Amino acid sequence: MKLSRNFVSDYIDLDKKLSIKQIAEDMTSVGNEYDSASPLINCTNLVVGEILSCENHPNSDHLHCCVVDIGTEKLNIVCGAPNCRKGLKVIVAKDGAVLPGGTIKKGIIRGAESNGMICSIAELGLENKFLEDKDRDGIHEFPSDVEVGSDPLKALGLDDEVIDFELTSNRGDLLSILGMAYELGAIYQKEVKPIDTTFTEIKDDVNDVFQIKIETEDCPLFLAKKALNVTIKESPTFIKNRLIASGIRPINNVVDISNYVMLETGQPLHFYDADSLGNTLIVRNAKDDEKLVTLDNIERTLNHDDIIIANEEGSVGLAGVMGGLSTEVEKTTKNILIESAIFDSIKIRKTSKKILRSEASNRFEKGLDPNRTYMAIARSCALLEKYADAKIMKGTVIHDKTIKENKKIELSLSKINKVLGITIPEDEVISILQRLAFTVKKSKDTLEVEVPTRRRDISIAEDLIEEVGRIYGMDNIKGKLPVLNVSLGAYNKTRRAIKHKLADLGLNETMSYTLIPKENAHEFTIDEFSPIYLNDPMSEDRNTLRNSLLYSLKEVYLYNKARNNTNISIFEIGKCFYKENETYKENSHLAVLLSGDFYLDIKKEKADFYVLKGITEELLDFLGYENRYTFEKGKVPQELHPGISSSINVNGITIGFLGKTHPKTLKDDVYVLEINLDKLLNIKTGKMKYKDISKYPSIVKDIAFIVDKDVTSKEIIDTIKKASSKILNNVELFDLYTGENIAKDKKSLAYKLTFMDPTKTLTEEEVMTVFNNIIEKVEKTNHAILRDQ
Amino acid sequence: MNNEKLNEIRKELELDLEKVDSEAYLNELKVKYLGKKGLITELNSEIKNIPNEQKKDFGMAVNEFRNLFTTSYEQHLAIFKEEALNKKLETETIDITLPSKKIKRGSLHPMTLMTEEFEDLFVSMGYTVYEGPELESDENCFQKLNIPKGHPARDAQDTFYLKDEFENFLLRTQTSTAQVHAMEENTAKGPLRIVCPGKVYRRDEDATHSHQFMQIEGLVIDENVSMADLKGTLEMFCKKILGDKVEIRFRPSYFPFTEPSVEVDVSCFKCQGKGCNLCKQTGWIEVLGAGMVHPHVLEMCGYDPKKYQGFAFGTGIDRFAMFKYGIPDIRTIYGNDIRFIEQFDRKDDTYEVK
Repeated sequence: MKLSRNFVSDYIDLDKKLSIKQIAEDMTSVGNEYDSASPLINCTNLVVGEILSCENHPNSDHLHCCVVDIGTEKLNIVCGAPNCRKGLKVIVAKDGAVLPGGTIKKGIIRGAESNGMICSIAELGLENKFLEDKDRDGIHEFPSDVEVGSDPLKALGLDDEVIDFELTSNRGDLLSILGMAYELGAIYQKEVKPIDTTFTEIKDDVNDVFQIKIETEDCPLFLAKKALNVTIKESPTFIKNRLIASGIRPINNVVDISNYVMLETGQPLHFYDADSLGNTLIVRNAKDDEKLVTLDNIERTLNHDDIIIANEEGSVGLAGVMGGLSTEVEKTTKNILIESAIFDSIKIRKTSKKILRSEASNRFEKGLDPNRTYMAIARSCALLEKYADAKIMKGTVIHDKTIKENKKIELSLSKINKVLGITIPEDEVISILQRLAFTVKKSKDTLEVEVPTRRRDISIAEDLIEEVGRIYGMDNIKGKLPVLNVSLGAYNKTRRAIKHKLADLGLNETMSYTLIPKENAHEFTIDEFSPIYLNDPMSEDRNTLRNSLLYSLKEVYLYNKARNNTNISIFEIGKCFYKENETYKENSHLAVLLSGDFYLDIKKEKADFYVLKGITEELLDFLGYENRYTFEKGKVPQELHPGISSSINVNGITIGFLGKTHPKTLKDDVYVLEINLDKLLNIKTGKMKYKDISKYPSIVKDIAFIVDKDVTSKEIIDTIKKASSKILNNVELFDLYTGENIAKDKKSLAYKLTFMDPTKTLTEEEVMTVFNNIIEKVEKTNHAILRDQ
Repeated sequence: MNNEKLNEIRKELELDLEKVDSEAYLNELKVKYLGKKGLITELNSEIKNIPNEQKKDFGMAVNEFRNLFTTSYEQHLAIFKEEALNKKLETETIDITLPSKKIKRGSLHPMTLMTEEFEDLFVSMGYTVYEGPELESDENCFQKLNIPKGHPARDAQDTFYLKDEFENFLLRTQTSTAQVHAMEENTAKGPLRIVCPGKVYRRDEDATHSHQFMQIEGLVIDENVSMADLKGTLEMFCKKILGDKVEIRFRPSYFPFTEPSVEVDVSCFKCQGKGCNLCKQTGWIEVLGAGMVHPHVLEMCGYDPKKYQGFAFGTGIDRFAMFKYGIPDIRTIYGNDIRFIEQFDRKDDTYEVK
């Protein structure tokens, strides 16, 4: 909302000494932020001058050498405008003048002295949309009665200042000069002056010649009056300039008056060519799939949420959003039907979002005050009579289902102080409410506050407390820390611990987007599932909620690879989503991706399956799942290498997978892991407990077997464990060998076995009994041959 | 054996000891004097031949020789050992400027670091971190926050709605929606003190807006918490995160779920309020939205607004991370260039913005 200082000064006396910046700051401090506050025309050193002589420049075919009287002195100025001539009163930018195009300096132009510039309106920096051809093509010509030496902006009526506000959506009332006047009145303790709505009516009654049919609930208030015999012409300068300052392009006096009244009162009006409209106006909801060609010549398909204005021949426009071509006010228009109405704000919002957002629709959307609807129609009649020679017909055609009484709200002083946390004296509270032009009645310690209908945002005591607070100054509240019962804070320690653990292991955390392309929704997933899609995505590559983090990590990998970052070790924890029956699931996942060099302890190695397996084990051990997980060949996503991949199981429950990516997925050596964290962390862990450290020495034996290549190490270890007694404390693979001395389809696996008894020193004999049994069982079960030591 | 002889041996001994210049020579002397046929050993074996009245003096003299030798021997030996060790150490000396054997650490994403900093601060003030779901119903994200369908405030939060049977569900546009869950889950309907960090989503994208970003919401409900408590809390928060010198300013504003509502500015921490590019010459930077929980919200979440009141506040974590680490473009944060992420690999929780 652009606020013209001249415009609002019709309704409130603002101290001339107040700068526009100060007014904007004061408004901000009561909750109305602004974007800019500046003069309408941002020029300095301008003066009205008279061209005393105008000769052709000797060295140019289009320049003129002028002598210009500016009151205090006579200046030589070179001017190139075609309409430059002797006797004209013009705008002169003196030496040092700052214009939007630059600073004016004395100088020599093709040998002739020039001590300033004669300006066009365009050169003053007025927005292009407000300029007429003459404002661009030549210097401005003042009427002869303008005084030499005076301020040209004043003579043009452009000596205005404008604040561009960014209003909050609850303050629809501030989308009007009157609303702004009340707000400024509360700040500066000034009364708002009444608006002139007086006019004379001819004796013919509009109700005898015109009727409205309201066939919808979405139009609670509709007023119509008729103005006859209007003269369509240019608006008076003050109307034009105020529209310009408010950002609206002047058209003609009648159209300008409808906009002018909308700016003043906040109530949008619509003027119809009464003769084209006919004698009936219908308001109804559109039928589904009803077609309508709007003013901009586009055929629109409507539905029951759109509100239509129609006459007996058919629909003529979309209520509150866009009028119709057939009933538009034109140069030839004689009689006008004035509409001042309220339409359902939500319906208007829907329609305007679809078709056109305008100054009018914006006001309908925020909600309107029915009392203003009446005020606005009267005000427009007064202006049409005055500036368009209209004859106003008697009476108003009325459809009215609105409540126009002021709201009464009870407010206790103690409540104000309890909410704001400060003590504001009662008389100050009353004074603030009165400054807002609310009526206050006092009874004991409660106030009964009557709130005018223009303040539709106020309905409960808390709203009034905000009013008191913001005028008193929210910033005058002194901060203190709340006095609360002691309570223990807490946060998600496990997730944080996982992140820190993985970072300590040398991984870098990423944060990627939840939304991924539909085509990739099933990548790196195992089970059948239905993805969840967005209804109205921003783009096709972000239209689906991910159910695996690995598509994103793959993208991160490719992004980095394209930038020659080839050593990638990353992880991410994030939410994953899928449809399940009638509902949806949201789970936390953890994913890891490794490629290129990875630091293992202090050794740099190429990332491989076992590095990633090591990370997995380290994490699971750290989380307390030691000895409870297995890696098994099983179902893994088709994006993984079938031979270099495994499921991860804890307590027999599959919680994720790891492996090398399938060469069809990525050509490079990339290893990935994904775990459903919610599923994993649902599995309880044992408590961390101290175990007795044995006082007795342990005995270590090494053993190596030659087995078939397809026998897994886990199978051997399982047999070893089965074949031994409690004294086997640990078994560890320390060598895997294929090659010389070993048959091609065989491999050698060497293990270190640690024996220990926490209650006594083991004898060699005891150990050998178990050891021999192990050899026997492995040879038998796994078809192994003991390798010579 | 006479005194003359003894004196001769003493002289020889003293002379020999003076000549010691190597460990090998020292060991030769050891053989010469203390070996099986050593001079002192021989003297010792002669004691039995000495007349009784001289035995005592002779014995003392022999002992003296032995002490003289061993003391000197040990001193010399220690010196030789020390020299030998020093020589060995010298040969072992390495070039300490050669590169180390790296133990490479990873890094946490800056949004994680920033979030942890916020969490730690509030947890220290007795808040519990509460994270609601990211996929949310229209009812929880809007209606229960006093933003009914068609409300103009919805415009500011262009929303990703889901398709088909989930048309009334959405990706949450604000962490404020976590409040609703926390209040509804609190069956005692008593005091509450939470912060809710997390991802939020809006249909909007440019250098300062990402369609996915992070917010943190705070909520305190009790019988007597007020705007003054809110201000004190946020003063503490801003000073801890942005530095002790920052001041905060309350400006009245509008949010449907708080009444009264304020926007919170901090004095510019870059220029100390003098005016710079960061604060657009105003000296202030808007960092938070806050207010007293709207009684309708309390009521819709099962609280008695006559008994309880509360304050809530919310801010963008991305914005703070951009301030703190000097990241100019929010898209960098979600770009995941490894050279970006790897920079966040150290301790930096001084609550200071440089």
